Amino acid sequence: MTQARPVDEDSDLAQASSPTLSRRHHILDLDDFTRDEITEVLDNTAAMAGVLKRDIRKVPALRGKTVITLFHEASTRTRVSFEQAGKVLSADVINVTGSGTSVEKGESLYNTALTLQAMNADIIVVRHPDAGAPHFLARHLNSSVINAGDGTHAHPTQALLDLYTLRSRLGRLEGLKVAIVGDILHSRVARSNLWGLTAVGAEVVLCGPPTLMPIDLVNGERTAEGHPFAAIRTETSVERAIEGADAVMVLRIQSERQRGGFMPSLREYSRMYGINAKRMELAKPEALVMHPGPMNEGVEIDSEVAHGARSVIEEQVANGVAVRMALMFGIITPAPVSARSRN
Amino acid sequence: MSEDETIIIKGGRVVDPAQDLDMTADVVLVDGVVKGIYGRRRARESGTIIDATGLVVSPGFIDLHCHLREPGFEYKETIASGTLAAARGGFTAVCAMPNTDPVMDSRAIVDFVLERARSEGFVRVMAIGAVTRGSLGKQLSEMGELAQAGVVAFSDDGHPVSGDNMMRQALSYSTSLGLPIINHCEALDLSAGGDMNEGWVSNRLGLKGIPNSAEEAMVARDILLAETTGGRLHIAHASTAGTVAMVRRAKERGLRVTCEATPHHLTLGHEAVLGDRGDGGQFSPLTLAAYETNAKVAPPLRSLEDVDALVQGLADGTVDFIATDHAPHATTEKVSTFSEAANGISALETALGSLMTLVHEGKLPLPVLIERLTAAPANFLGVGLGTLKTGAPADVTIFDPDAEWVVDSTEFVSKGKNTPLDGAKLKGRVVATIVGGAVRYEYDKANARD
Repeated sequence: MTQARPVDEDSDLAQASSPTLSRRHHILDLDDFTRDEITEVLDNTAAMAGVLKRDIRKVPALRGKTVITLFHEASTRTRVSFEQAGKVLSADVINVTGSGTSVEKGESLYNTALTLQAMNADIIVVRHPDAGAPHFLARHLNSSVINAGDGTHAHPTQALLDLYTLRSRLGRLEGLKVAIVGDILHSRVARSNLWGLTAVGAEVVLCGPPTLMPIDLVNGERTAEGHPFAAIRTETSVERAIEGADAVMVLRIQSERQRGGFMPSLREYSRMYGINAKRMELAKPEALVMHPGPMNEGVEIDSEVAHGARSVIEEQVANGVAVRMALMFGIITPAPVSARSRN
Repeated sequence: MSEDETIIIKGGRVVDPAQDLDMTADVVLVDGVVKGIYGRRRARESGTIIDATGLVVSPGFIDLHCHLREPGFEYKETIASGTLAAARGGFTAVCAMPNTDPVMDSRAIVDFVLERARSEGFVRVMAIGAVTRGSLGKQLSEMGELAQAGVVAFSDDGHPVSGDNMMRQALSYSTSLGLPIINHCEALDLSAGGDMNEGWVSNRLGLKGIPNSAEEAMVARDILLAETTGGRLHIAHASTAGTVAMVRRAKERGLRVTCEATPHHLTLGHEAVLGDRGDGGQFSPLTLAAYETNAKVAPPLRSLEDVDALVQGLADGTVDFIATDHAPHATTEKVSTFSEAANGISALETALGSLMTLVHEGKLPLPVLIERLTAAPANFLGVGLGTLKTGAPADVTIFDPDAEWVVDSTEFVSKGKNTPLDGAKLKGRVVATIVGGAVRYEYDKANARD
């Protein structure tokens, strides 16, 4: 039987040094990640991907640590991804969901969180329908908080796995042209990707019907000097948005947007903005198709494209585990004494 | 101190806009009424002396819009605690909004509130009756009976009167009573699901925004209905530049339309939701102070352009007066995610300090600010308050315009500690509040922490 190797003797983990990330206590969004820190996370992700390729996918990095996933919103891939990441790192992972718990009895998020902290959670991974729920927990708890998606605000681990997927496929990030197409207004994936892609020097085009665009991105509020998104282009024509793109990120269209009056029908959305093979011809020949899932095939993306040669959608899911390992490992690993206390 | 004693407030800067007065003088109060103001010839009466040297002596402030929460929500505030907070804030008379439980839509509830105020209140309390039964918007309340019970206005505040015809009927019916309809203007279809002002901050935080048009659409409708009916329309807590512009035009056309603004809408922008009172600015990463639930209020804090338009409107009289919209909540109703948090700010105890910012920044002359807190609301109510004329009730507020202090919500006497100003340094502090000749609040210098 093969024994798990100690961390400092582990060839993959030895490469995973986190001088920047280890100073961080929480991961709430990418708005405070520099290019260097993102690079550090992606480099460490590569090391973690090495661990995942082994026969025995287990390292003792987080042995004796407790990770609690607190999901107040339906999720399969993200929750399982965090759970697997924690388990590969030998953490004790406890999953708490909104149903079948005291949440159903009306317990407030605050009290639920205090309870979890009392159980000595080192990391609380939270997904919540309310924007800012992770910030709320981080303000009140000593545990590290990782945002696994909060309302329509942020989804930093998704953005990092998107960046990792882009870099591993295209070899670079700087100068890439990335089109994000769909419901930008309600998309936490788009918001976090905006910060991440901007930080690494990619060129971003946001595209969707005007009803699904944040008003301040179209009405000129962002033209102020020094605005991080000043260079971002918005398009209502999907053809113009995709033209010459290195990657197209397709966002999920929820059927309730139709009832909310954001679009006449899913059928019209599909005709106007759906990503199909014909439209992909406008992108670069090697352009990637990405989607954070779950997909509505036939609405925002054609099945042909979703499962075609340019699609990296399944790879995104696989990379998610490695990214989350790198993040958990990074924030739990003690920082050099001189470099602590941030955020 | 009892009401039949004589109080001499010596040497203060006496500002009484109702008689266009701004001078250093002594104010003499006898038997609960103002005996006179003595300038060059100093007062000779003997009695309790209050040294007001370096202080401003003003008619007592009047708040036309506050939530005392009793009956029904005593865990948030009571008539006793709310009126004590009023006294601490320099207010000598407050109007209680009817969104209690039960709603103040019947004589019995009005009687209860006024009686409770007489026995336990620290300042004068007037009642505002509901426009519709239960404030549900389905059927007019018995406005005639409410008027007989002593209500000074009607409002379904907390909710708009949404039905177009219902609002028309309310404006029309109330003309026979001579009382105004105060509407909380919010087109619910436009504001649905919204948590804060729609703009760069809401997008930054991923919160659903409430556009200015949600307020303005209903303000426009109400002005048209006021014209149709000849009714008296008052816009509660105006928050947008568009509202100010529409009210200005309505006044120019001679319509009976008035509006109020709150201290928070006059001094804070939507950046307050970023926490740290928005000091981080647009380009900084969010801090753990973001999603500041104490800055969640309806209508939401707006952009700085809207704030400027409100201040301009207050200066030129388009905004008739200041009302606090004091909305106390229990701590647990604010210790939550932003979407879950209750709307409202506990405003009585910080009102003067906030508003003095406008004076210190040169945006508003002090006498104008005082007019908007005293004579203007008294005028609107048609009551003989808000002045220091001889014979007027001895309601007086004495404040230090230059005293700096740091807001500490734990020191609030209101049960509602929900303020976005916790830790803020304000300049301007109430020193004493006198109601009907009785000192209801006095700043305790010896025990003060600041």
